[in-house]
Amino acid sequence: MSNAWGITKAIDLAEARAQMTAMTSVALPPVPPVPPVPPVLDQQRPTPVPTSPVRQWSTPVQIQAPVVAVRTVGAYREFTLHAPGVSATAEPGQFVTLGVGGATSALLLRRAFALSGVDGEAVSIVVAAHRAGTRWILERRAGDVLDLIGPLGRPFPAPPPGGAALLVAGGYGAAPFVGLAQRLTASGHAVAAVLGAASADRLFAVRDLAALTQVLAVTTEDGSAGRTGRVTDVLTELLPGASIVYACGPMPMLQAVAVLAAGSGVACQVSVEESMACGIGVCMTCVLPVRDVDGTSRFVRSCVEGPVFDASTVGFEDIGRLPVDLHGAAAMRAGR
Amino acid sequence: MSSVSVTVAQAAQGVDMRTFLGATQIPGPVLTASGCAAAGRELDPFLDLAALGAVVTKSVQLRARSGRPTPRMAETQSGMLNSIGLQGPGIDVFLAEDLPWLADRGARAMVSIAGGAIEEYAELAARVRGAAGMVALEVNISCPNVESRGEVFACDPAAASAVLAAVRAVDPGVPIYAKLSPDVTDIVSIARACVEAGADGISAINTLLGLVIDLDTLRPMLAAVTGGLSGPAIRPVALRCVWQIHAAMPDVPILGMGGITTGADALQFILAGASAVSVGTAIFGDPNAPERIGHELAHALATKGFSRLSDAVGYAHREAGN
Repeated sequence: MSNAWGITKAIDLAEARAQMTAMTSVALPPVPPVPPVPPVLDQQRPTPVPTSPVRQWSTPVQIQAPVVAVRTVGAYREFTLHAPGVSATAEPGQFVTLGVGGATSALLLRRAFALSGVDGEAVSIVVAAHRAGTRWILERRAGDVLDLIGPLGRPFPAPPPGGAALLVAGGYGAAPFVGLAQRLTASGHAVAAVLGAASADRLFAVRDLAALTQVLAVTTEDGSAGRTGRVTDVLTELLPGASIVYACGPMPMLQAVAVLAAGSGVACQVSVEESMACGIGVCMTCVLPVRDVDGTSRFVRSCVEGPVFDASTVGFEDIGRLPVDLHGAAAMRAGR
Repeated sequence: MSSVSVTVAQAAQGVDMRTFLGATQIPGPVLTASGCAAAGRELDPFLDLAALGAVVTKSVQLRARSGRPTPRMAETQSGMLNSIGLQGPGIDVFLAEDLPWLADRGARAMVSIAGGAIEEYAELAARVRGAAGMVALEVNISCPNVESRGEVFACDPAAASAVLAAVRAVDPGVPIYAKLSPDVTDIVSIARACVEAGADGISAINTLLGLVIDLDTLRPMLAAVTGGLSGPAIRPVALRCVWQIHAAMPDVPILGMGGITTGADALQFILAGASAVSVGTAIFGDPNAPERIGHELAHALATKGFSRLSDAVGYAHREAGN
C-alpha cells in the first residue's frame, strides 16, 4: 500500500498487530529513576505535598541560540538552533521556550515548543502560526539569534521491558516522537505510530516515523492523506498489540486516547499542551488536575511536573473546574 | 568598547548598591516580586539567589489552596492578566521545605503572607517569626476579608490598619511592609494607615484589576472572569503611586514594583522614592531579569553620576532647577 507520502510499508492492521505481537525486545531499556515519594512531615497532620518540583532530570540553561536552519514542513516550519547546553542533556518529550519579539517586544511571555530533534549541538522545534508571538518566530531566518531556555519538563518514561510502543499524535504533536521512536527502536522495542491531522499539510514527521516504526497509520479528517477520520478510529485496532501508548496532541484527542487505552488495559503517557507564561514553574498558570497515588487530585504545573503525565492520573473531565476532591479547594470555597 | 563606556562600567562596579528593608541592610536593591518567583527554587538555575536583595516569596496562607480553575492567564500588550487565586501548599510546607531551602542557599527571604481574616495574618506572622532565612515580612492585604462581605483589606484604611497592627503585635522586631493595591481612590491614605499601625515600609503596587474577552468564545478569557494586570503596561501607574507615597511620607521606605523590566525602569522607581524594587512579570519572559536589572541599575546610576544608590532615592522630588 502506498500513499501521497511514498510510504510503502504495510498498513494492513491485522498484519500490523501480528507483527507487533511477534516483536520481542532484544535489550532492556534504561529505567529512569523513580520520583521520590514526598517525605511525611508530621504523622499527626495530613501529609502536605510540596508544589515545588523535585527535578530528576537535567537542569535548564538560558542561552542565545542562533538559528542554523529553517525548513518548511507542510503548514509548519521546523527551526534548528545551535544550543549545545540544551542538546547535551535533552530527553524525548522535553521542551524549550523562546522569548519573542526582541528587546522592545510588547509580548512578555515565552512560547513553549516540544523538541522535534536533537543532533549534535543542535536542537529542532516545530512552529505553527497561532498569534503574533509564533508569527514573529516564523519570520526568523538562519543567523537570527533567539533567547532559548531548555531542556524543560518531564520526558517520556521508558516503556516496560520488551513492550511494544504505540505513538499517537495529532498534528505537530508528532514532533517529540521522532526522538522517542529512535530511542525505543535502538533499545529493541517494537514501535507503531498513528499520525492524525485535519488535513495532509498538518501532518508532521510522517517520513521520519515511517523509517522508525514497524507500523504507521495516517488519518486526516478531510481525507487528504491516509484514512479519512481521526486517530482514535485506528487506535482500537492497534491497541491490542501495544504495552504502552504515548500520545501528544490537542487535549480532546489526549482524553479520547486515554479512555481507549484504559479500556484496553494499556498504559498511556500523554504530553499535554497547556497555556504557559514562564515554562519554568513560577507562574502557576499551566496547572491541571492530576490524581496523586493516594487518590487526591491536585493542581500541578504541566511545565515542571509535566508536560508528560500518566494519562490515568489526569482529570481531563475536571480541566477548567475545581473538582470536589481537589487538594486545597476547600480553602477556595471558604469565601475567597 | 570605547573608553567612555569602560569608565562607566568601572564606575558601575563601584556604585554602593546597599539599601535597607526597614532597619535590615541588604546588599542590593533588586528583589523578586511576590507570586512571580514561587519560593525561589525554580529560579536557581538562572541567577544567584543569594546575590539578590531578597527573594519575596509567593504569598503563603495557613491552609493549602488549590487556586482557581484554568484558564488563569491572558497575555495583553506589554502585560498579562492573571487569576491564580494564591495557589499554594500552606504554611506547614512552606516552613518545612521552602524557607529552609532558601536559607541553605544563602538567600534572604522576604516572606509574603496573605489571609482572609485579621487573625490569619497574625497567626502566619507568629508561625514565621524568627525562622532562619526570613529577613522581612510583606503583608499582602489585597485579599478579600471574609468577615466583611469580601471587601479587600487594602481598599479600606481601617481594615488595612487592623491587619498591620495585628501583625506588628506578633513580631515587634521584624521589618514589615504593607503591599498596597492601586485600585483605591487615595493610596496615600491607605499607606499612612498602614505606617501608623506599625508597618516599616510600603510595597507598591499590586496588580490592577482587569478583564480580557476571548473573541473566539465571546466570553471572558479567564475562568475567574477578572484578573490582575501586571507588566510594563502598569508601570506609569505604579510610578505615580510610589511618587505620591514618597511625597507624603518621605521617611517611609518604599519597595517599588510594577512592570520593571530594565535597569532604566528601576531607576525611575528609585528617583520617585523607592529605596528598593521588585521584579515580577519580567521574570516570566527572562528568569535572569532580577540579576540583569541589578547590573543595569548600577550602570544607569553610574551614568547619571551617582556613586551611592541611597543618593538617588527620591531625587526626582527636588525643586525644579536643582
